[in-house]
Amino acid sequence: MERDLVIIGGGPAGLAAAIEAKEKGIDDILIIERDKSLGGILNQCIHNGFGLHIFGEQLTGPEYADRFIKKALDLGIEYCLNTMVLNMSKDKTITVLNEKEGLFNIKAKAIICAMGCRERTRGALNIPGTRPSGVFTAGAAQRFINMEGYNVGKEVVILGSGDIGLIMARRMTLEGSKVKMVLEIMPYSTGLKRNIVQCLDDFDIPLKFNYTVVKIHGRERLEGVTIAKVDENRKPIAETFEYVKCDTLLLSVGLIPENELSREAGVEIDRVTSGPIVTEAMQTSIDGIFACGNVVHVHDLVDFVTMESRLAGRMAAKYIKGQLKKDEEVINTKGIDGIRYVVPHKINPENVEDNVNFFMRVDNVYKNVIIYAEHDGQVIYKAKKSMVSPGEMESIKIKKDVFQNIKSGEIKFGLRRA
Amino acid sequence: MEERNLTCINCPMGCSLKVKIYDDKIEVEGNICSRGREYAENEVTNPKRTVTSTMKVIGGERSVVSVKTSGEIPKKNIFDLMKIINDKSVNAPVKIGDVLIEDVFGVNVVATSNVDKL
Ligand SMILES: Cc1cc2nc3c(=O)[nH]c(=O)nc-3n(C[C@H](O)[C@H](O)[C@H](O)COP(=O)(O)OP(=O)(O)OC[C@H]3O[C@@H](n4cnc5c(N)ncnc54)[C@H](O)[C@@H]3O)c2cc1C
Ligand code: SF4
Repeated sequence: MERDLVIIGGGPAGLAAAIEAKEKGIDDILIIERDKSLGGILNQCIHNGFGLHIFGEQLTGPEYADRFIKKALDLGIEYCLNTMVLNMSKDKTITVLNEKEGLFNIKAKAIICAMGCRERTRGALNIPGTRPSGVFTAGAAQRFINMEGYNVGKEVVILGSGDIGLIMARRMTLEGSKVKMVLEIMPYSTGLKRNIVQCLDDFDIPLKFNYTVVKIHGRERLEGVTIAKVDENRKPIAETFEYVKCDTLLLSVGLIPENELSREAGVEIDRVTSGPIVTEAMQTSIDGIFACGNVVHVHDLVDFVTMESRLAGRMAAKYIKGQLKKDEEVINTKGIDGIRYVVPHKINPENVEDNVNFFMRVDNVYKNVIIYAEHDGQVIYKAKKSMVSPGEMESIKIKKDVFQNIKSGEIKFGLRRA
Repeated sequence: MEERNLTCINCPMGCSLKVKIYDDKIEVEGNICSRGREYAENEVTNPKRTVTSTMKVIGGERSVVSVKTSGEIPKKNIFDLMKIINDKSVNAPVKIGDVLIEDVFGVNVVATSNVDKL
């Protein structure tokens, strides 16, 4: 089978990219989704707070997804469900599997990777002890409760104060579980303030900073965990060990972009984001393979996923029509002095629309700082921030004309005291 | 006088607010701007929340449908509302926006996802 544009993943990223490409004149589009419905992870995020930037109102996850699903259907965009992409190659051929048609290949003119991210699991953490049931990632628990309708436990400890863990603390409390505490190994939370207040404070659930789980107890079902305070090097302090009885442990310890397919194809990956290195057009290191959404870097607001994915859709359309300029001379970007990463990684000024939105994350909590961008010792952007935190992605807009004078070299983004 | 500690959620600064509640007035400390005072006053006099949850579905391709309150309800009624939602069920199909419970604590409970018939 041959296709103009194949989109891998039917979450908010894939949907927004497809809609945009269609509106820019690409008719032959196929979205491939392994799940039984479109919408991605949003289907299980039933809390509200989505869409404030894009729609100016607060929607729940399924409602936000539905607006894009409806639009995609209205535009007649083709999609297949229960279909998994198993392999992607440099020449833009993908190997696909589903129950009806078995294994087959599709050759595409362009591909957009929109596979999202997955959760880190206990394996990635190495907590010693037994392997009883009752240990879930927060996202798995979210799926059980919100999609399948059964609560996973009665007495709960949550490890990690990321947003999904906070949201689940409230959700399980509402369903009658006793959430005993949320433990965070760092001295700050990567979750949004709003979630800490409305999910924990509202229900008097304690959030313990500099704490972790050091041991898991129980044979068949989890019976308890040993928790401990950690020192500055995040090593558990023996005198602080404490046994906490619980039948459920939720892990909310971070998300990783899902890039097995990209790696196999030889797409260059950024070691910090675990996502592909992308250009101003959201193009990866392989010509015609684009990427957007959580597969590139973990976003905390789906609105930004949508914006980034529309750009990817537009640029893929241009590529298919032969209008995207090749990256002969590019400007590289880099985070320094407190900035952990910057996306996009490369800018070809010729393809820049009106401006470039740079997304970045800081490595710690800082108050009263200036975020700046410099090129060749010259400051090309700066903005004052009263507070920045690793939990909240920063976004910076730089206008097209700034890039006219600088066609190569490196733009460094950093923080300094105000 | 009663004292309460709150965190303002109106911007990333997240000011720690100390609220002193007297019989005839409320004093707020720790806020950088006026939004913090307004927030604290609302929180101590009449805190309200939007509630999201799920409701049982009969004869659907999924066993639950996600729901939300059409507006905010008093915080003190959250668990009363949860009981009402959990005691009810709805027959498939359910469409986004369907009103599943009318007029509880001044709001409706509406579906936020679609569940087709099995
Ligand atoms: C458990 C969890 C909870 C979250 N909660 C929130 C929240 O409350 N608020 C918020 O703003 N953000 C939340 N996020 C972040 C959220 O993922 C993003 O905001 C947004 O959903 C990302 O969109 P996406 O399209 O990039 O990824 P996803 O929504 O994850 O969509 C990716 C899609 O690709 C499909 N896919 C992956 N690999 C393949 C393959 N090989 N073949 C076929 N299909 C494939 C997946 O099935 C999925 O449908 C959460 C993330 C997770 C993991
Ligand atoms: S008081 Fe003002 S500055 Fe402080 S968190 Fe609230 S809105 Fe932000």
